[in-house]
Amino acid sequence: MSHIPADLKFNASHEWVRVNADGSVTVGITDHAQEALGDVVFVELPAVGRVLASGDAAGVVESVKAASDVYSPLDGEVLEINAALESAPESVNTDPYGAAWFFRLQPSNPAQLEAMLSAEAYAQEIGE
Amino acid sequence: MTATPQHTPLYAEHLAAGGKIVDFAGWALPIHYGSQLKEHETVRADAGMFDVSHMTVIDLTGTDSPAYLQRLITNDVRKLGFVGKALYAGMLNAAGGVVDDLIVYLTDWGYRVVVNAATREKDLAWMRQVAADFAVTLTVRDDLSMLAIQGPHARAKVAAARPALADTINSLKVFQGLPVGAWFVARTGYTGEDGLEIMLPDADAPAFWRDLVAAGVAPTGLGARDTLRLEAGMNLYGHDMDDSISPLAAGMGWTVAWDGERDFIGRAALEAERAAGVSMKQVGLVLEGRGVLREGMAVQVAEAAEAGVITSGTFSPTLKHSIAIARVPSSTGDTAQVDLRGTLTTVRVVKLPFVRHGQKVFA
Repeated sequence: MSHIPADLKFNASHEWVRVNADGSVTVGITDHAQEALGDVVFVELPAVGRVLASGDAAGVVESVKAASDVYSPLDGEVLEINAALESAPESVNTDPYGAAWFFRLQPSNPAQLEAMLSAEAYAQEIGE
Repeated sequence: MTATPQHTPLYAEHLAAGGKIVDFAGWALPIHYGSQLKEHETVRADAGMFDVSHMTVIDLTGTDSPAYLQRLITNDVRKLGFVGKALYAGMLNAAGGVVDDLIVYLTDWGYRVVVNAATREKDLAWMRQVAADFAVTLTVRDDLSMLAIQGPHARAKVAAARPALADTINSLKVFQGLPVGAWFVARTGYTGEDGLEIMLPDADAPAFWRDLVAAGVAPTGLGARDTLRLEAGMNLYGHDMDDSISPLAAGMGWTVAWDGERDFIGRAALEAERAAGVSMKQVGLVLEGRGVLREGMAVQVAEAAEAGVITSGTFSPTLKHSIAIARVPSSTGDTAQVDLRGTLTTVRVVKLPFVRHGQKVFA
């Protein structure tokens, strides 16, 4: 059983979103995703200022096993990236919802959040 | 192959140790017990153990056993000068492709041959077919489990866990193996570290595993087994070579004993290949920047129009960057280019292996 925090939104490609007080959102990959990937050895992040559409490839996670794209869950502009992931990619395995956030986005279409999965729906999606 | 993966006698131990179980060639085996990277590092620095009970052990008896092996394998069993010595070899088809790689031990009953698990059925069919012309009996030892205990402290920890094995463990030189009662203890492995491979009756395996855990030997999964052997520059069947690949293009030229007229299967094809000039060779690739080289990626070289291919690639936990084994045109020089997820990236071409005894060895 993987960990699925109740206060986050999810999508079927295993990204999570946390809505911050200022209206920006923080994006990462789920515990289930890191478990499936195995030990993460490299993370590639989008450039700050890049404008992403929902579903765009925004980065890459490389594990010992495979390379996997990370998709933007929402339309928006990249405000900040977690540069610490470049030197500590293993934090994706140890703290996927905390230290291993990927990037922060200013959503241009916040209504898209409503279409994302709740923790319960995501649990169902991954068969837990 | 059965639809439901088979369990080795150590299956319950894998679950107890937190193993993440996957289906490997029809066997339910652990890919890791938490962290593949940590398990890899433990084998390089201390001692880890792998359940390799799925591998196929075959004993050979009968007066023609030596003649049979001289026909079956690329290496020359006359190199096995005394009981206990081991030899690595390829087993080829008539076209000179690799049916499998194997280790053969000279024993007091004849020989013991260890082949891969994924190739078991075709290997046995081929070995039996060749055996039809010889007075040799093949006995598949499915009653045996096999544990590989590897790492700089592996031999000492096994000797501490099972003092009855200590004398044999201390007497074995590298690439030798001897029976101890119903057990068979060999100083061989697939990691580039010192260590042992121990074959033992299925019923003895769980208690031995638990004693080794108590002695501080870390359960290690198939994931680390792959990164360890890749760093050690060792081939994996079905990836670095197969039925369609010549041993001369797969870094196995050293296992082919050419001297004399010994008519091993595949010799004529290899001689024709040599006469025409071997077109491909096996090399190591090193990517010092970010990214991971993966099996199947094309390798472009300036020296030849034909592309090569990565046959095994990974992130090296010891070196902290990506490495790969590749089959490339024989004219390939010191660099090559790999299409890394859309970016043509320059990699260094080096001689294998990458790591031995915990240390980087390539220039």
